[in-house]
Amino acid sequence: MNIPNAPLVEIKDLWIEGRADETWMPIINGASTSLNKGEVLGLIGESGAGKSTLGLAAMGFTRDGVRISKGEVTFDGIDLINASADTKRHLLGKRIAYVAQSAAASFNPAHRLIDQHVEGPVQHGVSTRVDSVKDGIELYRRLRLPNPDEIGFRYPHQVSGGQLQRAMTAMAMSCRPDLIIFDEPTTALDVTTQIEVLASIRDIVEQFDTAAIYITHDLAVVAQMADKIKVLLKGDEVEEADTRTMLSSPKEEYTKSLWAVRSFQRPAKPSVPAGSVPVIRVKNVTAAYGKIPVLHDISFDIHAGRTVAVVGESGSGKSTAARCITGLLPPIDGAVEFDGEPLPRDYRQRDKMQLRQAQMIYQMADTALNPRKSIGEIIGRPVEFYMGLKGAQRRERVRELLNEIELEPDQFIDRLPSELSGGQKQRVGIARALAAEPKFIICDEVTSALDQLVAEGILKLLARLQDTLGLSYMFITHDLATVRAISDEVVVMKDGKVVEQGEKAEMFRPPHHPYTDLLLSSVPEMDPDWLTNLLAERGVENIGDAAVGKM
Amino acid sequence: MDSVLRIIIQRLGLGALTLLVVSIVIFIAVNLLPGDFAQAILGQGATPEAIESIRRDLGLDQPYLSRYFNWLAGTLQGDLGTSFAQANFASFTGSQELTTVAAQIAPRFENTMFLAGVTAAIAVPVSLTLGILAALYRNSVFDRATNIFTLSSISSPEFFLAYILILFLAVLNPLLPSLSNIFEGMSLSERFIKTLLPALTLTLVVTAHMMRMTRAAIINLLASPYIEMARLKGLSPMRVIVVHALPNALAPIINVIALNLAYLITGVVVVEVVFVYPGIGQLFVDSVKIRDIPVVQACCLIFAGAYILLNLLADILSILSNPRLRHPK
Repeated sequence: MNIPNAPLVEIKDLWIEGRADETWMPIINGASTSLNKGEVLGLIGESGAGKSTLGLAAMGFTRDGVRISKGEVTFDGIDLINASADTKRHLLGKRIAYVAQSAAASFNPAHRLIDQHVEGPVQHGVSTRVDSVKDGIELYRRLRLPNPDEIGFRYPHQVSGGQLQRAMTAMAMSCRPDLIIFDEPTTALDVTTQIEVLASIRDIVEQFDTAAIYITHDLAVVAQMADKIKVLLKGDEVEEADTRTMLSSPKEEYTKSLWAVRSFQRPAKPSVPAGSVPVIRVKNVTAAYGKIPVLHDISFDIHAGRTVAVVGESGSGKSTAARCITGLLPPIDGAVEFDGEPLPRDYRQRDKMQLRQAQMIYQMADTALNPRKSIGEIIGRPVEFYMGLKGAQRRERVRELLNEIELEPDQFIDRLPSELSGGQKQRVGIARALAAEPKFIICDEVTSALDQLVAEGILKLLARLQDTLGLSYMFITHDLATVRAISDEVVVMKDGKVVEQGEKAEMFRPPHHPYTDLLLSSVPEMDPDWLTNLLAERGVENIGDAAVGKM
Repeated sequence: MDSVLRIIIQRLGLGALTLLVVSIVIFIAVNLLPGDFAQAILGQGATPEAIESIRRDLGLDQPYLSRYFNWLAGTLQGDLGTSFAQANFASFTGSQELTTVAAQIAPRFENTMFLAGVTAAIAVPVSLTLGILAALYRNSVFDRATNIFTLSSISSPEFFLAYILILFLAVLNPLLPSLSNIFEGMSLSERFIKTLLPALTLTLVVTAHMMRMTRAAIINLLASPYIEMARLKGLSPMRVIVVHALPNALAPIINVIALNLAYLITGVVVVEVVFVYPGIGQLFVDSVKIRDIPVVQACCLIFAGAYILLNLLADILSILSNPRLRHPK
């Protein structure tokens, strides 16, 4: 069926519906695209735009409760929509492979990596187990996994997230497919890990001349990976063009707004007058979980009306520092001072006034709001607990707070969290923190679970609240773009230590601490040559986790 | 592995404590029942003098506390005591040879274990297979038929199932004996044939629970990302379920199997009566009837012990089925 010059994958006017509340709701409305051998298509859009659904449809696969209502998908001349389940099964894994968003969840916890790796080739009759194991080890080596000879014989939980993601790419390569679907393969990873995975994915796709569909919501990432980009919005095609054209001259308004998100930046504030008392002072704090030390002698100040961004990779101790400030994890040594007064280490020994002053907003608004309480009750609880307001007064205050976070009180006060979007839930989280009328709020990765446009809205809201209420923020994040947008001062953490701290302007200007430098250099930029240049400049051994290891 | 060992020791300790509590509860409960052994055995002919003399012989005139602690002290030394009925019989005939509770229970217990073993050997593989097939062909005719069949069999009274099986397998088609009169010195195959009908009845009783748990535990996992991954690797549906879903669904299945096996040891008196099978259940019920406290206590300890050990076994197997615990980082 190999017609020369015919595209490998062709999608024509594809409509997909999903079942919700007993009716079929449209997910994809008439998408068309085609992909040649060796070409990489980037699919971008917000969550709910239908990216993953479209990516899976290119494999002829739909999740349960989803159906293709009309349109065509052909792969190398085979009609995937009308093909029998058997025909499709022989293509899947063998000629079309899939790399999922969370490798940690997508590897079966009950089997060793190599057993899962060889399953495809052996079941599809592509090669024997022995050959396939050898090939797997070779692929692990090419993807620069540490200990390639041995790593495959571990269970998924024994391997780190970034390594699993590369092992999954290796697994997708095991039958040397013609097409790979990458579904947000680096979204769950730290920047320094992400860059390594990106480099190895790009490398291996080029080596084997594999076509790929790369699904992501991160424009800078897609700019590095894709030959052409397709933008989706709520199931509608916005536009499709080759990467450079798309980046330099997007046509549609929506695409332009996506491109513009990263431009939000706050004006620099005057520096703190010498001798002023900080709202929160963390003084030589050392903390441990049981016997495992996590924080080593960390100190930083947070002044009134300012935002201190705490950055670092997962496991660097950012959230633990926040837990020490709130007293959830009493430090072993050191002190936390509020307005110059030391706070008791354990939150149980703090009085209501002290508890009130430090509030938290969490990363996952989904899990941080009680699903069975209405928005009015969720916000009303701290109003009553801290401010002692009851009945009509309490309701009035809740309405004020809802206005403050730009949600219409009449519309939202009686809703349940499940009836809100992700961004709205996060706003309710903010209102709950404000209800205590604190001086200081800890924002723990508050935007990392949100789409860029929504995240920008949240950042703007936080900025406005800071200006009107004079709040201080401790802003925990691993996203340096957010840091650039909102912070006044930056604290860089690594392995439970503060490696560098200072004003934002200083932090983003060289010379840096080598780790800060590595973090900064690992943040993808919109320039499509960024990764290529970086690799040329530093070499594969000096980026990402490999470089962290050398420090 | 150290942690597994620690769990076993901890649980065995807790198990011993549970046994102690069970023995207290049973002792109190049996003594709260109206009447006692002397009254039960003498029936109509009970005169105050006769009752008094039997009570004195058996030590029933002692206060409760000292009776319980005497029994407890004996049990801790491995002496479960003598059944009241046997002791009474011995004093009646004047013989010195006393049959102890242990000697009385041992052959019965062996029979019960044999029946439970045969049933488990049939029921566990059958329910697992049915559960896997029902998960594979979920919502199909096969799935519904299996569900209807197993649910109707678990919903019917055991004696009813037993008579139905007797009707079809012993009366209309005389394939199997309808009486399971097992005795010592029987050859194993003969014993097996005789046990088959009660075993089949019990299989019908326990299959539904295990089969439905297998099905539910597997289906529960089918939405997980690694199952989607397995499907997207183009594996056959059977392989997806058996190789990818089943190993991760083992823990709840093992627990249900353990509960059902415990039931097979402790709760089968109705089936024993129908087939005249000399198991421990009949002995237990008879002893309760005549307030024969030593036998009741011993049976209860065995029942409680069976539950504790099987649950412990289930927990250990569940732990071992989890690779995170088998292969720590």
